[in-house]
Amino acid sequence: MLRVAIPYGVLSAAQMRTLAYIARRYDRDYGHFTTRQNIQFNWIRLEDTPDILDILADAEMHAIQTSGNCIRNVTSDQFAGAARDEVLDPRVHAEILRQWSTLHPEFTFLPRKFKIAISGSAQDRVAARFHDIGLLARPGDNGRAVFEVYVGGGLGRTPIVGVKLRDDLPEEDLIAYLEAVLRVYNAYGRRDNIYKARIKILVQALGLDAFRDQVNAEFVAMDRSRYRLAPKVVEAIRARFASPVFEDAAAAATQLAGQVKADPAFAAWVGTNTHPHQRDGYCSVTISCKPAGGIPGDVTSAQMDLLADVAEQYSFGELRITHLQNVVLGHVRQDRLFALWQVLAANGLGTANVGMITDIIACPGLDYCALANARSIPIAQKLSQRFSNATLQHEIGALRLNISGCINACGHHHAGHIGILGVDKRGEEAFQITLGGSAGEDASIGQIIGSAMSEDETVDAIARIVDTYLVRRKPGEHFIETCRRLGAAPFKDVAYATA
Amino acid sequence: MPLLENGQIVADGWTLVQDDQVLPDGDILVPLSRLSEGLGRNGKGRLGVVLTPDARVEVLKEALPRLDLVCLTFPIFRDGRAFTQARSLREHLHFAGAVRVTGHFLPDQYEFLLRCGVSQLVIPEQSDLTVWQKAHERITVAYQPSVLNEKPEGFGFRRFLSP
Ligand code: HEM
Ligand code: SF4
Repeated sequence: MLRVAIPYGVLSAAQMRTLAYIARRYDRDYGHFTTRQNIQFNWIRLEDTPDILDILADAEMHAIQTSGNCIRNVTSDQFAGAARDEVLDPRVHAEILRQWSTLHPEFTFLPRKFKIAISGSAQDRVAARFHDIGLLARPGDNGRAVFEVYVGGGLGRTPIVGVKLRDDLPEEDLIAYLEAVLRVYNAYGRRDNIYKARIKILVQALGLDAFRDQVNAEFVAMDRSRYRLAPKVVEAIRARFASPVFEDAAAAATQLAGQVKADPAFAAWVGTNTHPHQRDGYCSVTISCKPAGGIPGDVTSAQMDLLADVAEQYSFGELRITHLQNVVLGHVRQDRLFALWQVLAANGLGTANVGMITDIIACPGLDYCALANARSIPIAQKLSQRFSNATLQHEIGALRLNISGCINACGHHHAGHIGILGVDKRGEEAFQITLGGSAGEDASIGQIIGSAMSEDETVDAIARIVDTYLVRRKPGEHFIETCRRLGAAPFKDVAYATA
Repeated sequence: MPLLENGQIVADGWTLVQDDQVLPDGDILVPLSRLSEGLGRNGKGRLGVVLTPDARVEVLKEALPRLDLVCLTFPIFRDGRAFTQARSLREHLHFAGAVRVTGHFLPDQYEFLLRCGVSQLVIPEQSDLTVWQKAHERITVAYQPSVLNEKPEGFGFRRFLSP
């Protein structure tokens, strides 16, 4: 397996073509987008890796810090620099953190891996509270950024919602403060048991106040001038993320409205797969990598080439991988959406399901992973098939369904409104269902509703859970809201009510 | 075992004192538990102390002006606590003596060790010095300040490491 770093998920069309080439030449003609906004190739031969790393280097890419007990790829909002609800472009500081964490001399042999996410919008699209460090950026006085800092969140065996460490970290101290947090973790995080080695366990063991005291002691002791983030460094980096030169697209919305009216399938896609843009006449497009019955996150070489082409034609040659394993074009003119959709649909990339029940996150599971208890992919495919009807999905509305093949939780099952966890039941593959998780501002951990079932029983149970929601919901209520209002009991009853 | 300092193998004049041994004359390296005894020794040679990875370097605060060497330990290369200890010795306690590492670490970690303030490495017998040299020369830029005070140069945090 070879995982390639895609810093904060952003890459160019040329880089995407390089990935397509690697998949075609060295792998089985496809790649897999991961929940850390990276790409993973599952069938690389060890002896080919030097050549592949050379090819990647020519495209300014590498595989450094994509595994190991170091600071991993910093993730960010897939709509960064485009979203209408954005208050600060998080890519600037994501890039600062990428630089700072790359080959960090002190923090490359931590107790365990370390994941940082950064968002600059009111709506948390990065699951900041499920990261070792989650940063929420906002503009402060004097035009410089201020950060809310969350620490100690994570999934895995011990799912924990991160806690707020600071409310008002000034930009100039960002690096110094993170150095202080990492130093405390490196010195005191547990190393005797890998399942207790993440920073979340240290924060729990010390308690938030004691942990904060330690960090502050370090922060006060260090020579902060050495770590101060100078405005000119920030500005130089900001310049690299300047907005593209937008055209005047004032009439685009009107044209789009006409096309939407004329074509219900297109209208459904626009409804689910576009996101409001800062600029009138533009929008961001999420290209679903989850076709009905498909494998979440898998993309063929031909599709990668096509994604590169459409990025060049429609979105300034730039793409973003999302932590939900889809691909985003940041800046598309609204009057060109119809043409884009037609190309995508013709190539198996036009599924209108972003944010819906079939926009499933699934880990590789037993098909690829030695630690798995159960296969995640076949059950994902069955569920995707089961709910593939567009009208039904639309009726169900926003629903996050996440699947992990074992307790390591790579598929973030605890953070799903509905989660599925693969377990081993007397040597058989079986699945537990969790309900009520969420990764957003209202972060919560899904709770197991009962004993494990077979694959087919689980698919049926989820169908009954969803039916119950449709029957019991109040007007306008999303699945997660109904779930919180009613509690797990009614859903549990139907899940196990085999006729 | 060979001692690597400034890219060369140098003579190691220090004697590592075992737990139950009477403190000899000359330059001696004692465990933390025998530090005060070492400090009380009359004249005749320099003093160094060995820290285990779980020790806080702050415990040396008082003694540090009288120490010439602090030796840090890697039980296994993945246990990176010595990086933080080295850095704290240099940055917080402004220790100007030698910082040595012993135990299990890899040539790949050489540059990181130097940048955290380590100045001496106890490496395995028969080590091929060119491997260590290559590890030192492979990467020529860095993106963070370190105790080496590299001069920022170029875009963002970029700075050049000295050869
Ligand atoms: C193919 C073999 C894989 C293996 C053997 C593997 C193994 C593991 C293990 C052991 C953990 C738990 C570590 C811990 O928290 O202590 C973990 C966590 C994680 N893995 Fe994987 N993984 C694999 C593939 C993937 C893939 C393809 C993805 C992305 C889709 C992924 C995403 C994650 C994430 C996000 C976590 C962290 C959960 C958390 O926040 O604690 N993994 N993995
Ligand atoms: S959750 Fe378990 S089965 Fe799935 S990829 Fe992670 S370790 Fe493997």
